[in-house]
Amino acid sequence: MSSDKPKRVRKPPTKKIPMPEQDPAERIKNFEEVALGYTVELAVAEAEKCLQCRNPRCMSGCPVEVPIKEFIELITKRDFMGAAAKIKETNSLPAICGRVCPQESQCEASCIYGIRNEPIAIGRLERFVADYAREHGEGLPEMAPKNGFRVAVVGSGPSGLTCAGDLAKLGYEVTIFEAFHKPGGVLVYGIPQFRLPKDIVQKEVDYLKRMGVELKCDYVIGKIRTIDQLMNEDGYDAVFVGSGAGAPNFLNIPGINLVDVYSANEFLTRVNLMKAYRFPEYDTPIKIGKKVAVIGGGNVAMDASRTALRLGASDVHIVYRRSRKELPARAEEVHHAEEEGVQFQLLTNPVEIIGDEKGNVVGMRCIRMELGEPDESGRRRPVPIPNSDFVIDVNTVVIAVGNSPNPIISQTTPGLEVSKWGGILIDEETGMTSREGIFAGGDIVTGAATVISAMGAGKRAARGIHEYLSKKKK
Amino acid sequence: MYKIVRKKVLNPVVKLMEVSAPDIAKVCQPGQFIMIRVNETGERFPLTVADFDREKGTVTIVFQEVGKSTMLLGTLNEGDEILDFVGPLGRPTHIDKFGTVCVVGGGCGTAIAYPVARAFKEAGNHLITINGARTMDLLIYRDEMQSISDEFYETTDDGTCGIHGFVTTVLGDLIQQGRKIDLVFAVGPAIMMKFVAKTTEATGIKTIVSLNSIMVDGTGMCGACRVHVGGQMKFACVDGPEFDGHQVDFNELLGRLNAYREQEAIALERWKKEHGGSN
Repeated sequence: MSSDKPKRVRKPPTKKIPMPEQDPAERIKNFEEVALGYTVELAVAEAEKCLQCRNPRCMSGCPVEVPIKEFIELITKRDFMGAAAKIKETNSLPAICGRVCPQESQCEASCIYGIRNEPIAIGRLERFVADYAREHGEGLPEMAPKNGFRVAVVGSGPSGLTCAGDLAKLGYEVTIFEAFHKPGGVLVYGIPQFRLPKDIVQKEVDYLKRMGVELKCDYVIGKIRTIDQLMNEDGYDAVFVGSGAGAPNFLNIPGINLVDVYSANEFLTRVNLMKAYRFPEYDTPIKIGKKVAVIGGGNVAMDASRTALRLGASDVHIVYRRSRKELPARAEEVHHAEEEGVQFQLLTNPVEIIGDEKGNVVGMRCIRMELGEPDESGRRRPVPIPNSDFVIDVNTVVIAVGNSPNPIISQTTPGLEVSKWGGILIDEETGMTSREGIFAGGDIVTGAATVISAMGAGKRAARGIHEYLSKKKK
Repeated sequence: MYKIVRKKVLNPVVKLMEVSAPDIAKVCQPGQFIMIRVNETGERFPLTVADFDREKGTVTIVFQEVGKSTMLLGTLNEGDEILDFVGPLGRPTHIDKFGTVCVVGGGCGTAIAYPVARAFKEAGNHLITINGARTMDLLIYRDEMQSISDEFYETTDDGTCGIHGFVTTVLGDLIQQGRKIDLVFAVGPAIMMKFVAKTTEATGIKTIVSLNSIMVDGTGMCGACRVHVGGQMKFACVDGPEFDGHQVDFNELLGRLNAYREQEAIALERWKKEHGGSN
């Protein structure tokens, strides 16, 4: 009976327009960027799919409140510079966010278009706009007149750069202090070139410098100057601490200090910041065997395993104690790693790293796991299966099981309250610590998290600092 | 950029440089270290502060040319600049009046032992120093060490100067004679520190060693310098560089110090081909 009633024709669900990428077989031989970015045509076509919702949900999923609907509309009008300026109203680092943000669990997760289709590729569009503007000589944002206040920012990672950018726009005189010789924090030492080219980080930093932000590298706050000295002697009215979760965690298993066992931080710092992949042209070496195990299942583990492949390893294993579903890494990173040939040893936990008499790694004893009841993290707790141990044949091990807050600032700043595990305690609203005028954010507060959450924290603290200093009239 | 204001060749392989770094000179203490990167393609590597002049704003480094990076640094002259000079890092030496303190310096380590020894002397300790090297030409800071010491010994492995033997020969004799020593401080090659710690172990004389682990960042971030001390994992850069010598797992440290031997040989070979050695 319903046969003569015309069926409503629904368009088939659409997918995100794919972004061109280097072929996996090729890219594992180089350190060039994997994803190549949209062309103008691809970007406009993707942007035109956006529904321009009256009450867009995407924006509420963004920790730095990018006006997503507006910038996408500007793309459809082919006003790419306008789109970039629109993003930069709230986000000083779009070329970085467009590449490394977990959009699938943030802006894109809330996209209405994503209910039936794949969500709009907001991340890819952001990246396109930022790259376009950078290549076409973008101008500076609107800057408030100088207000006479000086703010010191400790650490030039994502939280510090964001905080500095927002404060500079508001008229503050900002100095960033960086312990390393290059600015960018985890963006330069941690995230590999093939995922985030270092010249892009440098360009974003240069943009901040053009906005008047001063940058001092090779400067370890807590050692060369304390925070109290910055405030009492050097004339800073407020300090933002974004010193990150630098201290690598290790496993308490035999063999952890063998010669061929790296923390992911050391492994990635040697390769990314010190360019060990270009040894001996660059002096910093990296030693890697043919068979590599990376312990952990986060983005850092994916980065380390993909880096190991590019350094010439033939067998790279990710060893993770939970199942695939619980892998904390972004789906896209897992996908890229698999495409490149990384092997996943899931529900597997190392119990011993085996060395020969010279201290070289010759294997890793592991045990199979099964998932039990959920633990306090809400994930099902991995439980060892008795008598299931076996040895993986490896000669290099990289430990990527997270980082703890760097202790230098808290040890040298009297009265600064920290949590049990060493994170600096702050007022959630303002970012202010237990010490007046000292603010903090990013991994030093939360423990290791994402680039974008650190940026969100930097942004909140900038607002908190602005409120605090506005009451103090110079 | 950090200008070299003075350079002195102490012996064929050991050089001293005074580097202009006023902010660091203002606050650094004996026992702390600096991370250095000579040029854009250079490694970051640690060197212990050998001395400092707060007025002049200079920090003194003394280094032995053992591989490419130190040779490259050695080619620089007065007026040249070092690209990166970061510090002061690590914890300063704990100086106090202990009574009789014996400071042991091996090879290039004596340069680092010197300011520590001086500080012990100034704190009112009876100061015994033992300065050792493979051969006479490699002994450094001889006059400096002698001038501040209550008792001063020199040893060479080949007998060309002072006592024929190792620093541990003298230290062992002193202990054997029943000399009351309250603290031993040793800095030099890891193998020397290991044996100094072994020498004092039986009598339980407190022995502090300054570890020269491999480091990349020097601020607690990379974990390359990790070592087991008393069964616990420590980072030499932030928890040290000085530790109780009786608690340090020296075999592990020695293994980790050899991690890059092959790569070091490649870098050195290449350097020699390009430069015909250091000048």
